[in-house]
Parts: sequence; C-alpha cells; structure tokens
Amino acid sequence: MDIKKIVELKDISMLYHTLTEETLAIKKLDLDIYTGEIVGIVGPSGCGKSTLLSIISGLIKPSKGIVKVNGEPVEAPLKNIGYMFQEDQLFDWRNILNNVVVGLEIQGKLNDKTLQQAKDMIANYGLGEFMDSYPYQLSGGMRQRVALIRTLILRPDLLLLDEPFSALDYQTRLAIADEVGIILKKEKKTAVMVTHDIAEAISLSDRVVVLSNRPAVIKDIIDIKLTYNDIVSPMKSREAPEFRHYFNRIWKELDIHV
Amino acid sequence: MSNKYSKEHEIFVDKIKREKKSILITQISVLIIGLLLWEIAAQFKWIDTFLTSSPSAIWKLFLNYMKNGQLMKHVGISVYETIAGFIFGTLLGIIIAILLWWSNFWAKVLDPYLVVLNSLPKTALAPIIIIWVGAGYKGIIVTAISISIVVTIMNMYESYKSVDEDKIKLLQTFGATKFQVLRKLILPASIPSMISTLKINIGLSWVGVIVGEFLVSRAGIGWLIVYGGQVFKLDIVMMSIFILGLISAVMYKLISILEDKLFKWSK
Repeated sequence: MDIKKIVELKDISMLYHTLTEETLAIKKLDLDIYTGEIVGIVGPSGCGKSTLLSIISGLIKPSKGIVKVNGEPVEAPLKNIGYMFQEDQLFDWRNILNNVVVGLEIQGKLNDKTLQQAKDMIANYGLGEFMDSYPYQLSGGMRQRVALIRTLILRPDLLLLDEPFSALDYQTRLAIADEVGIILKKEKKTAVMVTHDIAEAISLSDRVVVLSNRPAVIKDIIDIKLTYNDIVSPMKSREAPEFRHYFNRIWKELDIHV
Repeated sequence: MSNKYSKEHEIFVDKIKREKKSILITQISVLIIGLLLWEIAAQFKWIDTFLTSSPSAIWKLFLNYMKNGQLMKHVGISVYETIAGFIFGTLLGIIIAILLWWSNFWAKVLDPYLVVLNSLPKTALAPIIIIWVGAGYKGIIVTAISISIVVTIMNMYESYKSVDEDKIKLLQTFGATKFQVLRKLILPASIPSMISTLKINIGLSWVGVIVGEFLVSRAGIGWLIVYGGQVFKLDIVMMSIFILGLISAVMYKLISILEDKLFKWSK
C-alpha cells in the first residue's frame, strides 16, 4: 500500500447543540486514510458515521481537532472530493447525460472535451442507450450507477460514500456494490464508505473502522486480508474462508443490544 | 401497430377508449340537456324569464353585442387586466419567495405577517388599493396582484424549502455557490409547484379583476355584470358569466399545455 496519507484526522470532536441540550457526537477521534485504500466505517446507528464524512469533506467544521486532506487543512467544502449519498440524488428534470455533467457545469469545466468524456464514460458503464432518458425511466441500480459516474467524471482524489447502496433492494444492492467495488479498485480510487452492513464493509474494504456508540470513538481498526482463488471482487470475497471470522469479530465489537 | 400486441391487449385498449368516449359524450349531453330544459321551461313559462333569462335570449344578446363590438371591448379590457395581474402577481411572488429562501432571517421575520395576510380576504383591501393607486386599470390590476401574490409567496417558498437537503449538499461538494444552488437545483425542482401555483393564480387574478371592476370601472366583464344587475337585465349578467367561464377555462387549458411541454421528464 502506498504510504502517502490522503486524509489525516487529528483529535476530532464534534458537539451538536440544541436549545435544551448538547450532544457529543464524536470524541477525540484520530484516523489516517492512505492513498488507494478503501476504508469501511461501521458503527451503531446514530453514532456519527455520516458526520465524520461531512467533516472530511469540509461541509461541516468539527468542534475541535484538525482535518487535513492532501496535507492541507480543510477550511471550506473541498472540490476534489466525490460524495455519494444514500439516495442517488439524480435531478428528475435532467436526462442522464445532463445529470452526469452537473458537477462539471458547476465547476465551469463543461466543454466539448469533457462532454465527450462523459458520453464515453456513460457508454463504458453500460448506460449508452439511456443517455437521453430521464431518471424515472431507469431502475434503482442503474440510477446509482449514474450517480457514481457523476462523481467519477470529476476525477476526485477521494470518494466519500454515505451508505450508498442502502436505498436499493437486496439483490440490486449486492450487484451494484460488487460493480462499484471493482470500479474503485480498477481506477485505484481512495474511498471512505460508511455502512451499517457488516458483510458489505468486509467485502469492499481494505480496512474496517469500528466505531462505538455515541460519542463515537474508534473501537478497532481491522485490516481485511482475504485469500482469493479467483479475481478480486467484492462478491467473490464473500466466499473467502476468513470472511466469517471478520464478520463475527466486527459483530462482537459493535456490541449491539436491542 | 395492432399486430404487435395480443388480442387481449387490444380488447383492453378498446375498453379504455370506449370508456373515455362515453365520459365525453355524457359530459356534452349534460350541458345540452341542461340548456334545453332551461329553454323549454322558459318557453312554456314554467319559470320567470325576468329572473332566469333563457339560453335563446342570451344567445341573441351575445350576437348583438358581438355585432356592435361592445362585447370584444369589455372582454378585451378584462382579459388585459387579468393577464397583467396574473403575470405581475406571479413574478413578484416568485421573486419575494426567492429572497425569503435566500435569507432565513427575513423569512422568519415576515412569517407571521404572511400568515395573517394569507388568511385575510384580500378583496377587503380592494377599496383601499383603488383609493391609493387610483380608479381605472391600475387600481384593478393592483387588486388582482394583491390577491395572487400572497399565495404565490407561500407556495413557492414552501416548495423551495422542501428541496432535499442532500441534493443541496451534493452541489456544495461540487463547490456550488448559493446562486448556483438556486439556479441549478431550487428553481428547476420547484417547477411542478410553480405550475400548480399558476393554475391557482389564474382563478385568483380573475377574482381580483371582477371585484375591482365591481368597485370602479366603466368597462369590463365585471362592470357588465354589475350594470346588468342594476338594470335588471339578467341575460346580460348570465351572458357575462358564461363568457367569463369560457375564458378562464381557455387560460387554464393554456397552462396545462405548458405543463405538458415542461414535464417530459416525468410520467
């Protein structure tokens, strides 16, 4: 693995205020993310996983601590970061091509060359015939694929995935997670993925960070090393013999009591 | 195209088409039978035509008014006032709604005023407006604006606020400015609400114009109605109301056409 750190989180704390109380969501959290790795973040619901992504992207400022991306302290929302949400967040009134280029449009980078790149990319990801279709004409899985292209077209240094598959049905979810995993590895992207699905975290990630209940602290960081007989793919990795050990270990760490 | 589908599909399509047709035929029949009964009742003096007039009398009057150009004059004035009130009311309402979206502080400050203005029957303001702005077109147009603007502000502001937070966040991660968020997301996302507001505003603008014309005017459909009532010529009143209904239906239809044009992206 490349030694270069892309994200450094130092002593991050996050307080939420309401009129009647304040809540400590994240407490003194340290985490480094290295170039080229996929880091899965799992934790009990409401523990501040998504907050962590917003902090990395610069959308919200932590109450305490330092965030650095590529060695630079984060002051404002970063442009070199791709964010994927639970819902695909496609714009209903734009066709697929225009949805893909919305980020280029915002950044003033839309020209003949980038437009052609967008078209090629849509075709490469198997959506060529839907270029002029509108989002309602696509299935949930295809829509999430469009959302991924919209993110990748900006060539982000870092991808932040906030439970990106959880709005999909189970079968689609497996298929799309597999596809996205292969794409991220092929394109050598660095990604941080928040999920509540333990199996998904193991199958996609190089490392899994387990967070505690609120206030979130890091309980454990687990390096995932799976033995493959075959090509590396998230779907295949579920067959690896180590898979269930990791699963059990994370499950115990999460310490879920209903 | 028929041989692409199964027999069952054709029967299914036929059934739906037939139902559509019979609904249309019944709708037209209701109108014709209603008019016929009205006419017959008038002819046989079952009803007092002094109070109810009759379709044939209204038709004769209509032809008369058409011939001497009176009708076109009145209709033209009212339509002009309505369209002016509609356009300015809608545009001003949208602009104010955008400003409120832009400034949370002012949105909160103005909230109680909007609530009161919204529940207040705006026609009550008409006399004041007409005194302030002046009798004639201007006063009537401003009356029409006053009625549609508050609803526009409230509907559009609601719609701007209801845009998914994550979509805004998405644009922010692209580095969008607030103005870009407005232009690329908030405004296009609110087109459906805008269309329904337009539909409401057509009716409201007519209310403003008719009330304005009741109060001060020397021409227009509203004036014609008041005049007809004062001289006890109910056929003038009835004719005016028929025409009023017809024109607002046409305007409503125009907005529906606009809606279809804008909504190729939804089912």
